[in-house]
Amino acid sequence: MDEFIGGVYDVIVVGAGHAGCEAALAAARMGCKTAVFCLNLDSIANMPCNPNIGGTAKGQLVREIDALGGQMGITADETFIQSKILNRGKGPAVYSLRAQIDRRAYHTRMKWVLENQENLDVKQAEVTEVLCENNKVKGIKVNTGTVYLCKAIVITTGTYLKGRIVIGNTSYSSGPDGLYPANKLSDSLRALGIELLRFKTGTPARINRRSIDFSKMVEQPGDDEIVPFSFMTDEVNDNQIVCYLTHTNNETHRIIHENLHRSPLYSGDIQGIGPRYCPSIEDKVVRFKEKESHQVFVEPMGLNTNEMYLQGMSTSMPEDVQIKMIRSLPGLENATIMRPAYAIEYDCIDPTQLKLSLELKTIDGLFFAGQVNGSSGYEEAAAQGIMAGINAVLKIKGREPLILDRSQAYIGVLIDDLVTKGIKEPYRMMTSRAEYRLWLRQDNADLRLTQIGYDVGLASEERYKRYIEKKEKIEAEFMRLKKTIIPPSKEINEFLRKYNSAQITSGIKLYDLLRRPEIEYHHLEEIGQAEDLPGQVKEQVTISIKYEGYLERQMNQIRQFKRMEERKLPEDIDYSKIQGLSTEARQKLNNQRPQSIGQASRISGVSPADISVLLIYLEAQKRKNKSNGEQIQDGKDKEQC
Amino acid sequence: MINDTIAGVSTAVGNSGISVIRMSGSDSVSIADKIFKGKKKVKEQESHTIQYGKIISPETNEVIDEVLLTKMVAPRTYTREDVIEISSHGGYSIARSILDLLYRMGARPAEPGEFTKRAFLNGRIDLSQAEAVMDIIQARTDRVSKVAVRQLEGSLSNKISNIRERIINILSHIEVNLDYPEYDDEEVSASMAESETIQILDELDKLIDSFNFGKLLREGMEVVIAGRPNVGKSSLMNRLSRKNRSIVTDIPGTTRDIIEEYINIKGIPVKLVDTAGVREAEDKVEKIGVERTIKALEGADLVIMISDISEPLGQEDQTILSKIKEYNKPYIMVFNKTDLIEEERRLEEIKRENPKALYLSVTEDKGVEELEDAIVKYATENNQDIDNQVLVTNARHENHLRRAKSFLESVLTSVRNNMTLDIIALDLKASLEELGSITGDHADEDVVNAIFSRFCIGK
Ligand SMILES: Nc1nc2c(ncn2[C@@H]2O[C@H](COP(=O)(O)OP(=O)(O)OP(=O)(O)O)[C@@H](O)[C@H]2O)c(=O)[nH]1
Ligand SMILES: [Mg+2]
Repeated sequence: MDEFIGGVYDVIVVGAGHAGCEAALAAARMGCKTAVFCLNLDSIANMPCNPNIGGTAKGQLVREIDALGGQMGITADETFIQSKILNRGKGPAVYSLRAQIDRRAYHTRMKWVLENQENLDVKQAEVTEVLCENNKVKGIKVNTGTVYLCKAIVITTGTYLKGRIVIGNTSYSSGPDGLYPANKLSDSLRALGIELLRFKTGTPARINRRSIDFSKMVEQPGDDEIVPFSFMTDEVNDNQIVCYLTHTNNETHRIIHENLHRSPLYSGDIQGIGPRYCPSIEDKVVRFKEKESHQVFVEPMGLNTNEMYLQGMSTSMPEDVQIKMIRSLPGLENATIMRPAYAIEYDCIDPTQLKLSLELKTIDGLFFAGQVNGSSGYEEAAAQGIMAGINAVLKIKGREPLILDRSQAYIGVLIDDLVTKGIKEPYRMMTSRAEYRLWLRQDNADLRLTQIGYDVGLASEERYKRYIEKKEKIEAEFMRLKKTIIPPSKEINEFLRKYNSAQITSGIKLYDLLRRPEIEYHHLEEIGQAEDLPGQVKEQVTISIKYEGYLERQMNQIRQFKRMEERKLPEDIDYSKIQGLSTEARQKLNNQRPQSIGQASRISGVSPADISVLLIYLEAQKRKNKSNGEQIQDGKDKEQC
Repeated sequence: MINDTIAGVSTAVGNSGISVIRMSGSDSVSIADKIFKGKKKVKEQESHTIQYGKIISPETNEVIDEVLLTKMVAPRTYTREDVIEISSHGGYSIARSILDLLYRMGARPAEPGEFTKRAFLNGRIDLSQAEAVMDIIQARTDRVSKVAVRQLEGSLSNKISNIRERIINILSHIEVNLDYPEYDDEEVSASMAESETIQILDELDKLIDSFNFGKLLREGMEVVIAGRPNVGKSSLMNRLSRKNRSIVTDIPGTTRDIIEEYINIKGIPVKLVDTAGVREAEDKVEKIGVERTIKALEGADLVIMISDISEPLGQEDQTILSKIKEYNKPYIMVFNKTDLIEEERRLEEIKRENPKALYLSVTEDKGVEELEDAIVKYATENNQDIDNQVLVTNARHENHLRRAKSFLESVLTSVRNNMTLDIIALDLKASLEELGSITGDHADEDVVNAIFSRFCIGK
C-alpha cells in the first residue's frame, strides 16, 4: 500500500499536555529522536482547570519531576504569579509548595522549550491510529493519512479521547476548554484489545474580574519569602497578585436544591465516574447537608487577562442556574460569566493493564501516561509522563526499566497505586497515600532522585553538580555539628535561658543542642556557631537531626518493605494451579501478574492469607528445585558406584 | 507434595484417657484397611460414620487395641482431604504403637500444626482462624476451648476492627487537615486526639491483660505453696492433687526439692508447686532446696503462704513474706492445722485478728474447698468477667497489641509536647498497621476512604 511516511522516530509522544511535554522532553534529552503530536499547538501545556501548580502531595511530585531532570518546576518558577508553602507548622513531611500560574505564560514558555529542544519535533495533527505488528508498536497514523514510524509510543491524550462536554441538558462532543476532541484513537486502542473506562471530571466557571466586588471578600496573599520549585532556580519573582475567599450560603444551597433535577449528574445523563475529592458544588450540598456554607476561592488566571477561576464551584448545572448560584455569593452579585462551568466525560484505560514501567503488558513499546491512565491533575500527569518517556528510551536501548518504588518517591506511590490497585474514579495524589511520608519530603527530592535521573541520562551535568555540592555540604556540616563541643559558659547558658532550654554544666555537642525542639539552626548565629550555608543545606541538616528517631524508624519500615518487593514472582507462574489461593486471588493474580510478593500484596482481593500461601508456594518450589538438584546429584553418585 | 498422607495424635498427650489418632490424605482409607478389622472394610464404611473394631498388626497378627474408627471423606472434612480418626483408650504407649504402625503402612508423621496448615492451604479456614485452631489443639480445659471457639467466630476481630475504626477517625481528622489545608471547618483539635487516644489505650490494656489470662489458661496458673518446714505444705499438695506424690512426715525439712503437679481446679488449669520449707538450713541438700524455693517464688502467678496456726508467726514466716513482697507476688495467707486449736472461741478470736486469711485443717479436710474457691476467684476476678470478654490467646496477636499500644503512647507524648501533626499521624498510622496485622487490613486505603466519606472537600 502506498502510504506517505512522514518521518521515522525512536519515540512518538501522542499529546502535548503536561504528561506529553515531560515524556517528549525526557526522551529527546536522553538522546532519542522524538516527535510530539498535538491536536492544536496553541494548547500545549494548557491548564484547562485550576490555574495553579503544586499543593499538598502535588508540590512533592513537582519537586521529584524536577530532581529527575524534568521541566515542570522550572517553567512554573518562570511563570508563577503567587507562591505559598502550605502546611507550615504541621511538620516537614507535609510542607507543600503551591503557586498560582499565569496560564498563557506557562503555555508559551513550555511550547518554546519544546521547540528549542534538540532531537525533538513538535507537530500538529490528530493521531487516529496506533500501528502494531506482532504485538509490537510500529508507528502511528494521523488524520491526514500520513504514517510515522517509531520504536516506542507514549500515549498522553488526557481527557481528549471521545471527550463530551455536559452543561445542564446540553452536551456536545468536545475536548477540554472547547478544544477539538480526539474521536478516533479510542477505537484504535480498543481494536488492540485495550480495555477502556469512562471517567468524568469538571471545572468551574470563569468570571470577569471587573464584575467582582472584592471588598466583600477576604484577601489571600502569598508568602513573603518565596521558595522555588526547581532545584535549578536561584532567582524568583515576587508575588504579583492576590487571591480572594468568599463563601456559599443558604440562598446558594436553596437554588441548588430547587434545580437539582436539572443537573445531569442526578438525572443520569452523565455516566462517567467522577472523583470524590473534587465533587461538584451540587454534590457537596447534597452529600453534606449539615454544612451551611462552603468555601469558594477566587483566583486570577494570569496577568494579562480578567478571567477569574472560582475554586469550589465546579458544576454541570445549566447556565441559567449557574449564574443564579454564583450571584448569590458575597462579592459576586453582579458577576458576569466568561466561560461557564462544565463537566467532561472521556475515555481512559484501565491502568492495571500496564506494567510498573507504564508499558502495556500486551504490546511491546506502547506506553501510557497521564489522565488517560485515570489520574487527575497536571502534576500527576507530568510525573507519569517523565517516567514513560524515560522508560520508552530505556526500552529502545535494551536497558532495564526505571521503576521507582513506594519508598523512593511519590511518583512510585502514584504509579503503583494506578497499576497495582487499579482505580474506580480519577486518582488524585494525597500525602496520606504515601506510607513513607516522612522520608518522601519535598526538601530532599534531589537527594532521593537526582542520582537516578543522572544515571539514566536525563538529569544534566549542571544539575548533577549542584546535587553533589549540596550533598557534600550537608555531610560536612553534619560532621561539624557532631564534632563541635560547646563548653559550659555564662554566655551559652544565657543563650539557652533565652529559648527556655535547659542549662548545661558540661560540654554539649552542637548536634545535641539542635536536637532540642526549642533550638533552631539560625539561633546558633547568636553564639557564633552557625555556618554561612545555603538555606537548603541548613534545612536538611536540621530535619535529619530533629527527626532522627522517626526517620530511623521509617528507614526500618522501608527495609522491611523492600524485602517483600525483592521477592520476585516468576513471570510464568500459573496461579490457578496453586492450592489454597482464594478464587478471587487466583483470578486477580493471573490477570495482573505482579512482579513481586510486595506488589501482589497490594492487589485488592489478595488477602494476607493468600500472600502466606504464595510464600509457602515459593518456599516449596525452592525446596523442590533444590531437592531435584540433589536427586540428580544422587543419581550421578549411584552411576559412579 | 501436598497430597501425601499424614498421621499424628490429635489430642494432647497425657491429658486424658482417650487418644485420638488422626490421618489425613488420599491414602488414609487404604492405610486404615491394612490395620483395622471391623464388621465392614473401611473402604465400604459410609462417610461420617463410626465403626467399632480392632487394630491388628499385619506383620505379627497381634491385636494392639480395641478402637472406634471414624471415616470422613473429602471435602467435608477438617483438612478437605480424606480423614480417618482412631479413638483408643489404651494410653500413650498404645497410641504410639498404633501410630508407628500407620507410619509403616505408608503414612508420614505430621509436623506440628500440619493438619491445620492443610486446612488453611485447602481454603477451609483463614489465617486468624488457623491460629485460633492451633490454640484449640493446645487447649487443656473447657474454658480455653470456649475462648478459642469464640475467636473462631471473630469476636477478637470485631473488637479490633472497632478500635481501628476509632483510630481511623482520629487520623482522618488529622489527614484531611494535612491534605486539604484550605479546608476550614475541621480544625484538628489535638485535645480530641488526646482524649480519644487515652480511651483507646484503655481498651488495648484490657485486651493485653486478657492475654495474660489467656496464657494463664493455656499454660496453667503457677501456684506455689510456700511456708516454713512442717506446716503441712506437702499434705496440702497431696490433698489438692488427690495424689500422694509428696512425702509427708513429721520431720521438719522432709521436702528438699521442688515437686510439681498439673491439676485442674474447677476448670482452671493449675501448675501446683510444693517447695522445701524455708528455714536457716544446716544440711547442704536442704540449703539447695531452700534456694530453689526462693526461685520458685519468682515464677509464681500466685503464692499460697502457709503457716501453722498452733505456733506463733516467727522469723522464718517473715523471711518468706518479705520474699513474696520483694517479688511483688499475689498471695493467699493460709493457717493450717486448725484441728490443733481445741477451743472454738480461741479459733474465732484468731480468725478475727486475721480476717483475710484462710483457715484449714488438711488432715480433717476442712477449709480446702474454700482455698480452691479462693484460687479460682483470684484467677477469674483478677481477669474480670472472662466468660463475656474477648480473650487474646495468641502470642502473635498479643505482640501486635503491645506494639500498637506503644505507638499510641508516643502519640500522647507527641501531643503533649506539641509535636507537629505529621509526627502524630505517623504514630497513629503505625498503631493502625499493627492492629491491621491481626485482622489483615491495610491502613492507607481506610484512611483515604474515611477522608472522602467524612469531609466535604474539593475544587
Ligand atoms: N494436726 C494436723 N497435722 C497436720 C495437718 N496437715 C499436715 N499435718 C502434719 O504435719 C506434718 C508435716 O506435714 P508435711 O505436709 O510434710 O509438711 P511440709 O510443710 O511439707 O514440711 P517440709 O516438707 O518438711 O517442709 C505431718 O506429720 C502431717 O501429718 C493438719 O491439718 N493438722
Ligand atoms: Mg514437705
